[in-house]
Amino acid sequence: MKDTPGKPAPVTGATLEERIRNARAALDAQVREVVRWHFSPETGTPFWLEKAKEFTFDPLKDVNGWDDVKKFPVFEDEWLRGGPVRKWVPKGYAGRGVYVFETGGTTGLPKSRIVIDDFKIDYEMMSDTLPDQYFPKGSNWLMLGPSGPRRLRLAVEHLAQYRGGICFCVDLDPRYVVRCLRDRRVAEAQAYKDHVIDQAVTVLAGGHDIRCMFTTPKLLAALDEALRAGKLEDKYRELKKKVPPGGLRSIKAASITGIFSGGTEFTPQFTREAYEEMLDGGQVYMTPTYGNTLMGLACSKPIGPADGFKISYYAPQPRAVIEVVDPKDYNQVVPYGGTGRVLLTTLTKEFFVPRFPERDEGEREPPFEKYPWDGVSGVRPFAELAGGTVVGVY
Amino acid sequence: MIHIPALRFGKAYTSLEKATLVHHVTGDPVAEVSQVTGSMIARDLGGMAAAHKLLAAIPVRDLLGMYKKAADYFLNAALPCGDTELTFADYVRSLSATTGSPMVFCDRNARKVHYVLANIEEVIGGLTRGLDLEALDRGYTLKNGRMQAFYPTTDVFGAVLPSNSPGVHSLWVPTVAFKIPLLLKPGREEPWTPFRVLQAFLKAGVPPQVLGFLPTDHAGAADILRLCGRSMAFGDDKTMAPYKNDHRVEIHGTGYSKFILGEDQADDWEKYLDVLVEGVAANGGRACVNASAVWTPRNGAAIAKGLAERLAGVKARPWDDPGCEVSAFANPAVAEAINNLIEEGLKTPGAEDVTQRLRGTPRLVKEGRCAWLLPTVVTVDSPDHPLANKEFLFPYAAVVEWPQYDVLKRIGYTLAATVLSDDPGFVADALACPNIERLNIGPLPTNRLTWDQPHEGNLFTHLYKQRALQHARPAGAGV
Repeated sequence: MKDTPGKPAPVTGATLEERIRNARAALDAQVREVVRWHFSPETGTPFWLEKAKEFTFDPLKDVNGWDDVKKFPVFEDEWLRGGPVRKWVPKGYAGRGVYVFETGGTTGLPKSRIVIDDFKIDYEMMSDTLPDQYFPKGSNWLMLGPSGPRRLRLAVEHLAQYRGGICFCVDLDPRYVVRCLRDRRVAEAQAYKDHVIDQAVTVLAGGHDIRCMFTTPKLLAALDEALRAGKLEDKYRELKKKVPPGGLRSIKAASITGIFSGGTEFTPQFTREAYEEMLDGGQVYMTPTYGNTLMGLACSKPIGPADGFKISYYAPQPRAVIEVVDPKDYNQVVPYGGTGRVLLTTLTKEFFVPRFPERDEGEREPPFEKYPWDGVSGVRPFAELAGGTVVGVY
Repeated sequence: MIHIPALRFGKAYTSLEKATLVHHVTGDPVAEVSQVTGSMIARDLGGMAAAHKLLAAIPVRDLLGMYKKAADYFLNAALPCGDTELTFADYVRSLSATTGSPMVFCDRNARKVHYVLANIEEVIGGLTRGLDLEALDRGYTLKNGRMQAFYPTTDVFGAVLPSNSPGVHSLWVPTVAFKIPLLLKPGREEPWTPFRVLQAFLKAGVPPQVLGFLPTDHAGAADILRLCGRSMAFGDDKTMAPYKNDHRVEIHGTGYSKFILGEDQADDWEKYLDVLVEGVAANGGRACVNASAVWTPRNGAAIAKGLAERLAGVKARPWDDPGCEVSAFANPAVAEAINNLIEEGLKTPGAEDVTQRLRGTPRLVKEGRCAWLLPTVVTVDSPDHPLANKEFLFPYAAVVEWPQYDVLKRIGYTLAATVLSDDPGFVADALACPNIERLNIGPLPTNRLTWDQPHEGNLFTHLYKQRALQHARPAGAGV
């Protein structure tokens, strides 16, 4: 499949220093282009055109690079609750088909974000980081994650198609699970999880040549538990199919070779457990990701025992930027290795989100060859907010 | 700092996620405990059928011999604790340091665990009501020509344990003697006793494949209760609510234990004062078998005053003071929350804190990182008062004045009740009362246990079911 228009060119440079410089130049250019697009009367976004009336600076003249993004106030995600959702569609995209993706929604109005092509571009960039050995081109995918008004489902489906495959999906309403857990209906949440896993096992038993999978950490563990309990073998027998020699009691035995995982917090311990105990010592490749509807998708450095299963994420610059900042002063980036709150900026022509404080904290990571810009490791719920979030299966 | 690994049925496991335990007085780290996930637990439980077979093949007499040795090791040996070894005294000190329970309580309660280990045959005899032990080897026994056959209900017994007192560990200790593999999820601040008992078992020769020590979070605990064929769990009413109708889970929740004076004894209350004080305040009043209420048809105010006079002198003392009578709260916020709850309850007319009047100082004592709650006796004018049926983690009792004819209908769930009456009619009513789990008749404190009669459930009937069996060629016929 061809690239979707708007996909950035890869960063070039012979040395790390040169790559860092080039990446920064690309980011400055992206800031100029995106800010002009969203604030120009011809192409601008109604929300930002209105908001600009409150600013003490002129985005069209005074924002000329990344450093100037600090001039924007902190983005409040409350602005995304409620309509009319058209206020987020840039005039420059009038006439284009628009998707709306939602986050949360267990209580009150969900936050919504409009998308036209962004999810395709983000996942095409992500696709370029996947090793073909484990994510063979042309192989089919299982999307074992949330369905409904979520970006993930369409994005993973596009990823599969972009790599020449077809994506099989399950029905999964994460809001229902969160509700069950909040009401302490533990058995009901478990029954629902079993129902989701049964759908996945049915797809795997269907003879669809599935090699790759998206899933969340919890569903990966649940699938592993089901396979070890012989659920896939049972399904084969139910379908009058012969269980292959060696059985089907692991993710590897079920012929999965590559897993792209994300959606909820990823700890080094879970990663280690997955690597050592679910994925046959890393014989099945897993790449953790960090992302959300606002940002897109941050990929991780390859994980493994060599560095204690540390997970470092890097945003898809120049379309999004992750900073690790002092929680008391968002203008102050913490030193490398220091702990701070994750501050996110999204810079695409479809959606502009300057300086959004995520609900997470982590440690600032230095640039390296593959991602010559700052990253974040040890991502976990922001300590000052932790405790208020119910994590279901998603 | 001591590192305590998880024990995954034969494999010590050091996790990347560890819970750090701090000294309740200084805040200094004392130990870190490796944490496992629910999915690791699920994976480990996949091997339990084989572990069960391994344990079942060991003759019960051999296992009882291992218990004797383990009892000795528990009390007298330096046993491995992660990367170090702890003597019994070191263990008691560590236990007290992280839980806030005074050393004197820790020592006393740990010796209860030793008692069960050392007297396992007596304990098993009580739990099985004298069943020939050979039935555990063969699955059946013939006694006086009668067939008695049992089968195990699970391949593994899971125990989700609390942090408040080591005495509760005596409840799961007999599991291995019943030939059922054991999975322990320790309370966050109390890994010490479960780990030490398992180390004593291992040193005594129990196969490591049948012993699991799996520290985990709430979700992992829920997985244990979901995946083990039989389990026990400790927790408050809210936490345990989802398991109320799950016969596989033996719940150890709030006790609401009580003294109930009959019409015939209400005027002689003074002669029972020692028993009342012990029931309310022994061991710092934290156990579910500590009384949290005294019901009487008369003299409520006098009984409350009498009790309060005995308890108002209790002071907050350091953890290593042998004269300790109340435990410190390692988390002062918990003590403050309980104190606020009581103060809020006292705002409802009809209640008085009698201890506070006599003591003249507040119930809540704070010093440094710690807090204590001093004994509290309140009078309430009705069973419906918000403070009438409450249980807290310190010596607390509500004195409820209520007519005898109605009392058994109004007490609600009661784990341990002591009925102080010689009235045969009232005693008969108490014997027939479905609200009472453990019944003491006469001057016995609610917390007085007998090891052959567990106060909550019976481990043997939880782990085994009786079955009808006809055997054409029974072994040992005539035993």
